[in-house]
Amino acid sequence: MARKIKLRIWRGSAKEGSLHDVEVDANEGEVVLDVIHRVQATKINDLAVRWNCKAGKCGSCSMEINGKPRLACMTQMANFEEGETITITPLRAFPVIKDLVTDVSFNYQKAMEVPAFEPPADLKPGQARMAQVDVDRSQEFRKCIECFLCQDTCHVIRDHEENKKKFAGPRFFIRLAELDMHPLDILRNRKKTAQEEHGLGMCNITKCCTEVCPEHIRITDNAIIPMKERVVDVKYDPVRWLGSKIRRREEIS
Amino acid sequence: MSENQIPMERHNYDVVVIGAGGAGLRAAVEAREAGLRVAIICKSLFGKAHTVMAEGGIAASMGNVNSSDNWMVHFRDTMRGGKFLNNYRMAELHAKESPERVWELEVWGALFDRTGEGKISQRNFGGHEYPRLAHVGDRTGLELIRTMQQRIVALQQKDKRETGSFESHLKVFAECTITEILKDGDQVTGAYGYWRETGNEILFEAPAVILATGGIGKSFKVTSNSWEGTGDGHALALKAGGKLVDMEFVQFHPTGMVWPPSVRGLLVTESVRGDGGVLTNSEGKRFMFNYIPEVFKDKYADNEAEADRWYKDQANNRRPPELLPRDEVARAINSEVKAGRGSPHGGVYLDVSKRLPADEIKRRLPSMWHQFKELADVDITEQPMEVGPTCHYVMGGIEVEPDTAAAVGVTGLFAAGEVAGGMHGSNRLGGNSLSDLLVFGRRAGLGAVEYLKKNPNRKTVSTESIKRAQERIEKPFTRSGGENPYLIHQELQDLTQSLVGIIRTKNELTEAIEKISQFRSRIEKVSVTGGRQFNPGFHLSLDLENMLLVSECIAKAALTREESRGGHTRDDFPKMDPNWRQYNLICDWNGKSISTTKQKLPMMPNELLSLFDPHELEKYFTKDEMTQVMASAGSR
Ligand SMILES: Cc1cc2nc3c(=O)[nH]c(=O)nc-3n(C[C@H](O)[C@H](O)[C@H](O)COP(=O)(O)OP(=O)(O)OC[C@H]3O[C@@H](n4cnc5c(N)ncnc54)[C@H](O)[C@@H]3O)c2cc1C
Ligand code: SF4
Ligand code: SF4
Ligand code: FES
Repeated sequence: MARKIKLRIWRGSAKEGSLHDVEVDANEGEVVLDVIHRVQATKINDLAVRWNCKAGKCGSCSMEINGKPRLACMTQMANFEEGETITITPLRAFPVIKDLVTDVSFNYQKAMEVPAFEPPADLKPGQARMAQVDVDRSQEFRKCIECFLCQDTCHVIRDHEENKKKFAGPRFFIRLAELDMHPLDILRNRKKTAQEEHGLGMCNITKCCTEVCPEHIRITDNAIIPMKERVVDVKYDPVRWLGSKIRRREEIS
Repeated sequence: MSENQIPMERHNYDVVVIGAGGAGLRAAVEAREAGLRVAIICKSLFGKAHTVMAEGGIAASMGNVNSSDNWMVHFRDTMRGGKFLNNYRMAELHAKESPERVWELEVWGALFDRTGEGKISQRNFGGHEYPRLAHVGDRTGLELIRTMQQRIVALQQKDKRETGSFESHLKVFAECTITEILKDGDQVTGAYGYWRETGNEILFEAPAVILATGGIGKSFKVTSNSWEGTGDGHALALKAGGKLVDMEFVQFHPTGMVWPPSVRGLLVTESVRGDGGVLTNSEGKRFMFNYIPEVFKDKYADNEAEADRWYKDQANNRRPPELLPRDEVARAINSEVKAGRGSPHGGVYLDVSKRLPADEIKRRLPSMWHQFKELADVDITEQPMEVGPTCHYVMGGIEVEPDTAAAVGVTGLFAAGEVAGGMHGSNRLGGNSLSDLLVFGRRAGLGAVEYLKKNPNRKTVSTESIKRAQERIEKPFTRSGGENPYLIHQELQDLTQSLVGIIRTKNELTEAIEKISQFRSRIEKVSVTGGRQFNPGFHLSLDLENMLLVSECIAKAALTREESRGGHTRDDFPKMDPNWRQYNLICDWNGKSISTTKQKLPMMPNELLSLFDPHELEKYFTKDEMTQVMASAGSR
């Protein structure tokens, strides 16, 4: 049942590199990562690729497949036409280390710059009471597997190295939103700092990030837009929002 | 610096934690909060450790859903699940401390699913008497690891405010593999390894090292584990003079995906059964009713009507047999398939679509829905899944002191999480690993802190030990024309799968041990192509040795234990034997091969024994032991 497929894989180092054509078998039900592994085991033993879970849960196997940011372990070979050459390249927004592996340290740097969760000082373990509806919103953002596909696709940094300093990127906008909407977080001004320090203002709501998110997190609608609306606004359902913040205060004490 | 011209970095820390899963991160937090300088080392990027894949939940007797739950019930369930082979002290600490560890996560920002009252919700799981697993949909491991990761960052931010640098006292060395624990005499002096990215080498000088390297699944062909599960910590400890305990006990999770082949082994969370999924064979029969073992007869329903009622009324009905401990369910599925009643691709059916409405399935089991839709083209809200056993977890691991997590036999070495042994006995209950990571991760951190207080003098790393470590890393490059590491790995996996797998016999185990020794000479000749920079073939060539050591331990311990218990099933000794319950098997490495010795298990103290009905203990203990138990019960 195996069929031959043609891959064009980018190989190289930080300094130089080029696309290499390889032919390899693909079996029924396989994903792109399986085929890359076959190349690795049988043709190019030192082909560098990141992966861990092979189940779409860890966000390690991010790469560009026919130019689209994707998880290789969740991309079915069946999606491609018979005879089609599949082009596999590393994430473009980050510097290449080797082959399909890029230097994503930018993201870990940004993570350090987001002020941590801050619970009320007197919150005792086991005392928190939160309604499911009040945690739903932040839970959506906590589904993030840190694949950084959204970071890769965002045009603000994709081709603009110079913007990286001032722009945290969609992954960290949802982190900021998560904390802002977290019923137990007491740090004020998360919205304001998102604008002023993390570059939220540079986002022009193209929604490309939402489109590539493998976790289907609605990055733009549910995080970026509400964060941009600094003043209370109807779209944001302020009554419920305020309500949940206040209610939780009483319940904790 | 070194003869081979490979650059080597040198770092100095108080504590080096090897592993950035739940256990390693919890240990690091504890050590840092006590004021120590800590390095965290991991093979993957930060936040990608295996823990991220855990789905179902974390077991802790908070009693949020059923207030009858408490640590004593949890302790009993854990001991039953492990068939009373558990290190009782570890099981006790675990049951007592896990609620606090879960609540602490919440104080660090974790957002668990809630009950109607706004408390942390808890779900049913196999072997747990009450709903006990705190969870976030079916992505609990992600929540745990992200919370810990963010806790680390919070501590780094605090350091930044005080010292001007995020990484002055706590630093993560990601994509860095440790290949050697360095020692002077029997005392740890540090660890040695290489950066995956560059292939350059790195030396950590540290008086205390905590191993939190996770599992061994990659020694088997069908597994739910990621590539990291190569048993590195098990092997590092053995080679440093530590001991492994209970290595014959490997958990085959009953429900892995079986189709398509490329995802064979991928986990189907037990929550599917906890939330009402039933197992049927090709004849449409709910076969689990035929597989309830004697010891569990009074706890599990023997007919469908009662099993179904249990979902609504747990006080007056026995639980469905789908929720038996994992070893029982895995063996049952194996038998059904062997008897020709399997599904087309060699599994059985697991169906939740008839129990819950589609929306509810998607809400409670979102990643399962996603996984089957995307990878198998199956809609679990309408169709059954095909499932079969998959190598999931190793109960065996480094022998440790329960209270301090100190490795037996090596001063300055600690171990926590899946790499440590004893806690789960012969079989782990679902959800008891995530709690184990936190309880004993914290204890390992504390253990290291206390150890350093008592032993402030550091020994230096010797030049010879560095040289030995360097030579080992260099070896695969100095050979040419040797075998391809990927192919050897596949062969080794085939071997363990077929000869040391879920059902074992003397002949097959003997054959396996013989073949394993042949592998050793082949692995010594493996050569790699390409350079040092991010070269997975090179990485694998070093991991192979670890997988081989682990496989040898499993095979030898399995051959020695002539009974069936938990994650060890002998076709030629199908019964549980109370005489064997009195012993653990200990694996040692003498530089050439593994030897196993029997070690007597300590008797539970009275206050723990008294938590059980003597009639239950009778099923596990020998007559002599029972006389002892009854005598001390009488004297109470
Ligand atoms: C699919 C799946 C689902 C699961 N679901 C549940 C569940 O619902 N509930 C539950 O309780 N348990 C569950 N388990 C079990 C549980 O997830 C694991 O036992 C647990 O996560 C192991 O954690 P750990 O901290 O010990 O190690 P891991 O999370 O495995 O981390 C090991 C760390 O060590 C590092 N490491 C390894 N070797 C080296 C080396 N040589 N040098 C440097 N670093 C190294 C790795 O890079 C990694 O960072 C599940 C397991 C699987 C596979
Ligand atoms: S919506 Fe904003 S953050 Fe997302 S891709 Fe577009 S510009 Fe980037
Ligand atoms: S938000 Fe989505 S795309 Fe972005 S890192 Fe997280 S999971 Fe990936
Ligand atoms: S390997 Fe984990 S997401 Fe692809």
